[in-house]
Amino acid sequence: MKRKITLTVNGKEQELEIEPNRLLLHVLREEIGLTGTKEGCSIGVCGACSVIVDGRLVSSCLTLAAGCEGRDIETIEGLAKDGNLHPLQQAFIEYGGFQCGICTPGQIMAAKALLDENPKPTADEVKEWMSGNLCRCTGYYKILESVMAVVNNKISPDFQFRKREQQAKIQSLDVYKPVAKTD
Amino acid sequence: MKRTEPLEIYQPTSVNEACRIIKQSGPGGHFLAGGTDLIIAIKEKGWVPRYVVDLKRIPSLSEILTNSDGSLVLGALTTMREIEISPLIRDRYPFLAQSAAEVGSIQIRHRATIGGNMANATPSADVAPALIALDAKAKISGENSERIVALEKFFVGPGKTLMKPDEILTALIIPPHPATLRGEYIKFSPREMMDLAYVGVAVALAMDERKKVKHVRIALGAVAPIPMRARKAEAIVLDQILSEEIAEQAGGEAAKECSPISDVRSSADYRREMVRVNTKRALLNAASEHWRPTSWVERRDRRY
Ligand code: FES
Ligand code: FES
Repeated sequence: MKRKITLTVNGKEQELEIEPNRLLLHVLREEIGLTGTKEGCSIGVCGACSVIVDGRLVSSCLTLAAGCEGRDIETIEGLAKDGNLHPLQQAFIEYGGFQCGICTPGQIMAAKALLDENPKPTADEVKEWMSGNLCRCTGYYKILESVMAVVNNKISPDFQFRKREQQAKIQSLDVYKPVAKTD
Repeated sequence: MKRTEPLEIYQPTSVNEACRIIKQSGPGGHFLAGGTDLIIAIKEKGWVPRYVVDLKRIPSLSEILTNSDGSLVLGALTTMREIEISPLIRDRYPFLAQSAAEVGSIQIRHRATIGGNMANATPSADVAPALIALDAKAKISGENSERIVALEKFFVGPGKTLMKPDEILTALIIPPHPATLRGEYIKFSPREMMDLAYVGVAVALAMDERKKVKHVRIALGAVAPIPMRARKAEAIVLDQILSEEIAEQAGGEAAKECSPISDVRSSADYRREMVRVNTKRALLNAASEHWRPTSWVERRDRRY
C-alpha cells in the first residue's frame, strides 16, 4: 500500500508516493534521482549513504523514508551554491581527499554535519566523528587533511579562478590540437 | 542490492494505541524504534515481520526527565547520541554517557535508541552493563497497565526479555544515587571504534571519607547469555579500601563468575582473562579522581 509523503530535500519540497518499507537511500536515488548518495554495505557500517536529516547525520540505508515525513534532508547535491563548491568539496579536491570517490559524498556529508555542530574540531574529534565512514582506497590522512584544511581556513581563496585557468591551460596544450597531416 | 520486503507499517501516537494494534493484528509483528537493528535483521537474515509498529510518533517516549526524588527517567526512544551528550548524564553518570558513545558510528548513534537496544537484549550491548551498575529499572507498559522491573531481571536470554508480545519498554529509570557515586565503563574490543564489545565491564561505587567502599556494583557484558552482575566480585570489594590487591582479587572472582562462549570474535578463555584484567582496571579507574569523558584518544588511553 503506497502512501503520500512530503520531504524537503536540499531546500526543495518533494511530494512522493512510496511504499512504507522504502529506504531513504533508495527514495533519494531512484525516486528523486539524486544519485550522489551512495550505497556501500547497506547495513550501516560504511557511511557511504550518510545524509543529514534535521541536522543529524544518519545512514540513509537504515532509515525508512516514510519516517522522514516533513523532515529536512541534506545530500551532497545541496552543497554547491551558484556554481561554487562548498569549502569541504573544494578541500577534498585540493588536498586529495578522495581517489575512486565512492565514499566521498558520505565523507563530505559527515564532515559537514560535524562542522555545523562544532566549527573548530581537533583532528582527534574529526577522527572520532568520522570513524563510521570507511574508505577502501585508504586515503584516511588525506581525508583528515582535507577536513582540517577547512577548519584551519587553509583552502585557496582563488580556487574557482585557478580551476578556470587550469582548464584553459589544459585545453591549450598541444596534445589537444588536431594532429597536422604530414603527407 | 539488499532490499526490504514490502510490509505494513503502523504509526500509532500513544502507547495504548500501539499495544492495541499488536493485540488486534496478532503474532508476527515487531516494534520499530531507531530501526538500526530491525532493518539490518530484515536485510541480512531475510527475516520478515508480518507488520511493524513504529513507535517514533509517540511523543512521551523521547525525553530525559528528573523526578522530584532525584531519579532519572530516560524515555525509551532517547537516542544513544542524546545520552552521550546530555549535560545531565555527563555530569552525574559520565560512564553511562561514555558507554553510549561506544556504540557504532555517529550515524548509528543518531538513530539507535536505548529502549530498542535493551528490548533486543543483545548480550554485548554497551549501555546495558552501565545501566545495571546504576541499578536501572525498566518501565514496561501494556494497554492500560504498567510495571517496573529491575533491568537485571529484564533480560532472560540472548535476544529475550520478560516482556509479553503486546508490551512495550517505555522508559529506563535510574534511581537516585549519592553525589559521591563514581563509575567506569570499559569496552574491550581490538578495534578502537565500530566494533562490538568482546567484553564490557561497568563499575559504579561510592566510598566514605576513609575511602572505604560502601556501595558497589560490577556488571559485565558479552560474557554470559545476558548482561550480568558479578555479585561475588562485589562482595570482595564491599567495606574494603580499594587497593590494587583487592581490585585484582575482585577481577579474578568476576572471571570465575561469568560464563562466556567462544565465537568468531574471541575464545571463552580469552574473554575470561579480559574480564579479570578489565574488572580490575575499571574498579581502580572508578576509585580514582572524578573524570569526564572527552575524546576517544583519552578514553582509549584510560583502558591500558
Ligand atoms: S550503505 Fe549505509 S552505511 Fe553502508
Ligand atoms: S575514495 Fe575510494 S573508497 Fe574512498
